[in-house]
Amino acid sequence: MSTLTRGPVIGGRTGILALTLLHARIILIETFRIPAALIGSLVFPGLSLLFFVVPQRAIADNPEFATQAVVALSVFALMSNSLFSFGLNIASNREQPWDPYLRTLPVPGVARVLGQVCSTGLMGLASILPVIAIGALFTAAEASVLGVLAGLVALGISALPFMFIGISIGYSMSSKAAIAVVQIVMFGLAFAGGLFLPPYLFADWLDTLSMFLPSRQAREFVIWAVQGGELEPWVWIGILLWTAATFALALLLFRRDEGRRYR
Amino acid sequence: MSVLARLDHVTRRFGDVLAVDDVSLDIHSGTILGLLGPNGAGKSTVLTMVQGLRRPSTGTVTLFGGSPGDYRMRRKLGGTPQETALPPTLRVGEVIDFVGRHFDAPLSTAAVADEFGLGELLKRQTGALSGGQKRRLSVALAFVGQPRLVLLDEPTTGLDVDARRTLWDAVRRQHERGATVVVTSHYLEEIEALAERVVVLGHGRVIADDTVAAVINQVSLRQVRLVTEHPDRVSGLPGVVGRDVADDGTTTFYASDSDRLIVELVRSGIPFSDLTVRGATLEEAFLTLTGATGAEPPAARTAPARTAPARTAEKEMNR
Repeated sequence: MSTLTRGPVIGGRTGILALTLLHARIILIETFRIPAALIGSLVFPGLSLLFFVVPQRAIADNPEFATQAVVALSVFALMSNSLFSFGLNIASNREQPWDPYLRTLPVPGVARVLGQVCSTGLMGLASILPVIAIGALFTAAEASVLGVLAGLVALGISALPFMFIGISIGYSMSSKAAIAVVQIVMFGLAFAGGLFLPPYLFADWLDTLSMFLPSRQAREFVIWAVQGGELEPWVWIGILLWTAATFALALLLFRRDEGRRYR
Repeated sequence: MSVLARLDHVTRRFGDVLAVDDVSLDIHSGTILGLLGPNGAGKSTVLTMVQGLRRPSTGTVTLFGGSPGDYRMRRKLGGTPQETALPPTLRVGEVIDFVGRHFDAPLSTAAVADEFGLGELLKRQTGALSGGQKRRLSVALAFVGQPRLVLLDEPTTGLDVDARRTLWDAVRRQHERGATVVVTSHYLEEIEALAERVVVLGHGRVIADDTVAAVINQVSLRQVRLVTEHPDRVSGLPGVVGRDVADDGTTTFYASDSDRLIVELVRSGIPFSDLTVRGATLEEAFLTLTGATGAEPPAARTAPARTAPARTAEKEMNR
């Protein structure tokens, strides 16, 4: 049966690369077929910046604060995108027998997961663009090109816990429950993580609590990448711990789910 | 004839439920193999293990000489999604094209559409298709990649007679082009129309593995229902393969030759009344054969042996 196992694994017509792009493309096509579903993830972060930050000239005209506000809403954009895309897609896919069918096709799991990450990542990137554009046009936010690039890398890294939380939600509940839970988790993390209101306005107890949250850690991490300065140890230690813990949880739920999910 | 897939002493449990019980089965190239059995007999579970969706609890499943869990082994395997599974926002043409791109030498989307009567529908979103159209698309997807082995799980359930025959014709044409097909069904008619070899499953075990003609002969049972004080004596008559006791005091005996049974009954002098004779449905024949093979003694069951909801529940557990 050597003819069956022969052939390029990474490249080629049915290589991992081609299959990853194929799956990313089909997910994007499916997503774009329901344009209303895009509004939440693409427009909401930009609108938040426009309504909550731009009118407050004390923040908008201060380069440091304005930059931090743009960073905070970029983190929010990517966080809501990760939670929604993974949480809701997985939860609703689990209710559809299409997903087990895909598992019978000759496609390695890694291509399917990467396809999901690529399409979600692209959407995440798209949701940040309006935030950056509005920030550059209507506020005093400023960053070097290098700072923006470093910020995007930091965003990608700090988004990992949110993707894993999204995956965990997707594998642990129905899509109807997932909608509610994702929204609560998202707004909780956003407010308490200082993504809507800057942490210096927080009461002391909230500020302390905030430091344990991945959203606050992501905010500080990206601000550090964009603006420079000192990186507090609790930020990167927190990101590492959250990433490890949520990854382990996602893996556990994925494995536990497998038997019941597929017929 | 080479062996495309093999189950070797395969057992699969779902919690306490034994869905597949020590099944050994070779799927040879070039045939259409029918897997026949009532709901909950383990047909779908057998297919999902060949597809790599589930692993056996014990025993081994091999596909093209390797593990079905290895995606490279599935490059010559075709299967069907359930018709409710199709992503509703994708167009018919997109779905066919998407599935085809997983294979090295797929059929063209136009050729697939033509073969399965989907030509007019390529631009339609799958959510807008009728039940029969979705079925046709689902079955078509199994053949897109020009696979050597195709697994069809109840391909025509819920279709009307015309649609069913159209689909059978398409499956036969694909088979003539070289695809080996495994089709599960609980319709004897479907197996008769398509298959050459039949494996009958009941309670997760292989009850029969033979040609279509031989199996039909075996499952063509007659029911003789009567009231008698001596059911055990009737059961002892030649040709009786099973019996059910109903709540209304009647007892139903199963026999392949009811005429002969009645002659023997009259000759034996066993008192009886209210005699009726009718053909057994496939389901009843299955249950009797299944019971007769020792899973549970026929006399212990009452007719109908299990209610429909109970069988549905059993099916659900298998999911």
